[in-house]
Amino acid sequence: MAKSLLVVERVTHRFGGLLAVNAASLAAPEGHITALIGPNGAGKTTLFSIISGFLMPREGSVLYADEDITGEPPHKLARRGIARTFQIVQPFAGLSVRDNILVGAHLHHRARHRALAIAEQVGYGVGLGDMLDRPADTLTIAGRKRLELARALATEPKLLLLDEVLAGLNPSEIRDIVPIIRNFCRRGITIMMIEHVMQAVMSLAELVFVLAEGRVIAEGRPAQVAANPAVVEAYLGHGAAAKLGGAHVR
Amino acid sequence: MRALAPIFVVVAALAAVPLVVSSNVVLNFLVVALLIALAGQGWNILGGYGGQYSFGHAAFFGTGAYVTAVLQVRYGVNAWPAFAAGIAAGAALGALIGALTFRSGLRGSYFALVTLAFAEVLRIVASVAPITGAGVGTLVKLDLRVEAMQFQGRAIFYWVILALVAASLVIARLIERSRFGVWLVAVRENEDAARALGVDATQVKLAAMVISGAVTAAAGCFYVQYFLFIDAPIAYGAWISVEALLTPIIGGVGTVFGPLLGALVVKSLGEAAKLITGDAPGLDLIVYGVVLVLVIWIMPRGLIGGLAQARNRLRRRAPAAAPSAEAGHG
Amino acid sequence: MLDPGILFAGVLNGLLAGGVYVLVAVGLTLIYGVLHIINFAHGALLSAALFAAFFAFRLLGLDPYVAAFLLAPAFFIFGYALQRFVIGPASHGDDRNMLLVTLGLAVVIENALLYVFRADTRTIEVPYAYQTIDVGVTFLAVPRLVGFAAVFGVALALWLIMSFTDVGRAIRAVAKEKLGAELAGIDVAHIYAVTFGLGTACIAIAACLLIPTYYVNPTVGEAFVLVAFTIVVLGGMGSVPGALIGGLLIGVVESLSGLFLGESLGQIGIFLIFIAVLLVRPSGLFGARA
Repeated sequence: MAKSLLVVERVTHRFGGLLAVNAASLAAPEGHITALIGPNGAGKTTLFSIISGFLMPREGSVLYADEDITGEPPHKLARRGIARTFQIVQPFAGLSVRDNILVGAHLHHRARHRALAIAEQVGYGVGLGDMLDRPADTLTIAGRKRLELARALATEPKLLLLDEVLAGLNPSEIRDIVPIIRNFCRRGITIMMIEHVMQAVMSLAELVFVLAEGRVIAEGRPAQVAANPAVVEAYLGHGAAAKLGGAHVR
Repeated sequence: MRALAPIFVVVAALAAVPLVVSSNVVLNFLVVALLIALAGQGWNILGGYGGQYSFGHAAFFGTGAYVTAVLQVRYGVNAWPAFAAGIAAGAALGALIGALTFRSGLRGSYFALVTLAFAEVLRIVASVAPITGAGVGTLVKLDLRVEAMQFQGRAIFYWVILALVAASLVIARLIERSRFGVWLVAVRENEDAARALGVDATQVKLAAMVISGAVTAAAGCFYVQYFLFIDAPIAYGAWISVEALLTPIIGGVGTVFGPLLGALVVKSLGEAAKLITGDAPGLDLIVYGVVLVLVIWIMPRGLIGGLAQARNRLRRRAPAAAPSAEAGHG
Repeated sequence: MLDPGILFAGVLNGLLAGGVYVLVAVGLTLIYGVLHIINFAHGALLSAALFAAFFAFRLLGLDPYVAAFLLAPAFFIFGYALQRFVIGPASHGDDRNMLLVTLGLAVVIENALLYVFRADTRTIEVPYAYQTIDVGVTFLAVPRLVGFAAVFGVALALWLIMSFTDVGRAIRAVAKEKLGAELAGIDVAHIYAVTFGLGTACIAIAACLLIPTYYVNPTVGEAFVLVAFTIVVLGGMGSVPGALIGGLLIGVVESLSGLFLGESLGQIGIFLIFIAVLLVRPSGLFGARA
């Protein structure tokens, strides 16, 4: 596999007495799509928040392009080329779609006309071209997801962290948005995505990490991971693997 | 330049007023209205565009006023540099309060409280400190010369305050069209999302506060030159904190002309109230309070926002431009 | 000045004075804990309550401690109506708007009092206003003692309400998790209004406890409330025990700095504490992280 753009080394984080992430290590190879999956409450979003600078881990480090970026604030990471979307979409509700994307475009372009041009281009790229002048809060959930993508994309990231970008979409909306994501990858952007929608994970991801109760319990190609009994147990409960005909874990 | 055209038009129209109106009462009314508009534009930059609601903008008004007055009266500094110093003091105070509050991550209710507290502390200090004249206040000597920034005839005062207001309108417009302005508004709408997009929210808010402080301080400096007297309740009183936030909210928060429009409306209402019920203490503030509640209730985006909404509604009733845009993928 | 007796008396008196502060602060912190906003109308409401107590005495001949039993429910209803029919609807659910609306109300109420009653200061005369009890080391003012005891009575009543009644449970639910409470069928608008009403009732009781020894004019409430803000922030926004301890502490601080620094500078001391707490530890002594 390609060299790792992002390396997470034994990151641990607690919320009070709750151990949310437990010595988790993973890596995202450059130019490829890596997925982070696991049952609810496994710590995936916490891990993302740590990688994207919103949380400071208790232990461990995050390396980006071989540099230690642990604890750097989100705006600095954005300037380095790390962009993230949020699980619960956070549009700039009072602004138009165009003005939403403009915020991202301005990161690397100070001049307004240049940033507007990029915002328009990115808007069309995600399929929001005819919505650009509408207020962001009039978009449907699928539209808002595209807007999250567009905004992040406008910052010209090298690493894109997608937090459950497919959540809440119906199958046809998913079918429409998957090629857009795959396209980013073709343009050289490294993607790490948290996802629950397994069909998307299977078809998009080249490398999968499974997080359960804060620990990484499996990693590998999608097919390998899906067949891993430990993973089945994590999702379906103790003994499920045996019931489904797989080997016992313990 | 085209973006500034509406400003030129409005300012030119306003500048012509003293040429047709000679009533001192009307001119005085307009001078005060413009003064409040200036103070309000300062608030608007931080609160309207930035979404940080300060309840103590009197801190900047009063500081600008006292610095200007004290430099002239106690240190013999010429009025013009004293004026500039007042503005600089407002900016510096903005930097101080901003650094203290934004670095601690204070938002919302807390920010409103801290700004209120700062204004109150300054008021109490000013009411007992000898340098400000304590309870008696500071009186600037009448000296009707241009060098002393005092003018014969209200018209010239009017043009001076109008020039300051024009400058504040231009500042607001330039901010709107700049990257800083885009970032500021993003912070207002959703600070965390803005951070994730590379916006250094703390720096942006701080810069907004410095500009805001400077603009509102300018209003305080002008107050001193026009009224030649300042004391603690005038400089740091609740009245100016309320009027500074009321005018943008009524006129339209986060718009260039909001504070100006709001100031004219607010001052007109105040005068109307006085006319109807006689000049009783506290009456104009009652009207302001009621108007504030009503505007938030019925027209939270102010007059300009309300007009924009009405215009949008009319636009949507027009024959559908792209019917497919409504359905489908959204 | 440094005579331990005087110091002790100062502390003791401070504690007692702190009692009434606590009552004002408890109302404020209760409202913050549930509605998550600072009620900027708190001070004006206190002024209004003081005037109400004044007129209860002058026109109805009611001793303030008796009037409290009439004014507390009356102001509860007033506060309930204010939140339910004015503040709630006007704010459209936006916190920033709610701040502005309460500010607007504060301006209206205070200036309406000013307009109607002018700025003259009024006082009432009750026989026990200057009575004191000798506790050996010092004399304690009777009104302050009554106030202190009443505060504990109110705190107890609030605790009972919160712990054992349906309304109290609903209030705690909404304070913790509004959406969940709503989904569970709780009428959030009603609960908000009840909470506001309780806060206002506390103010009414505080006014009755204050009026024997304090003066009445439209701006008094504001002065008190800024102290109350300090207490609430010091104790932790939303924490009633925090308001209790914070109130007593501030009472002592004010008493001692009044001894050493004199009236007006004592006020500044409180503000500086306020700003310092907000900047260094905004969550206060007992509050959750803001």
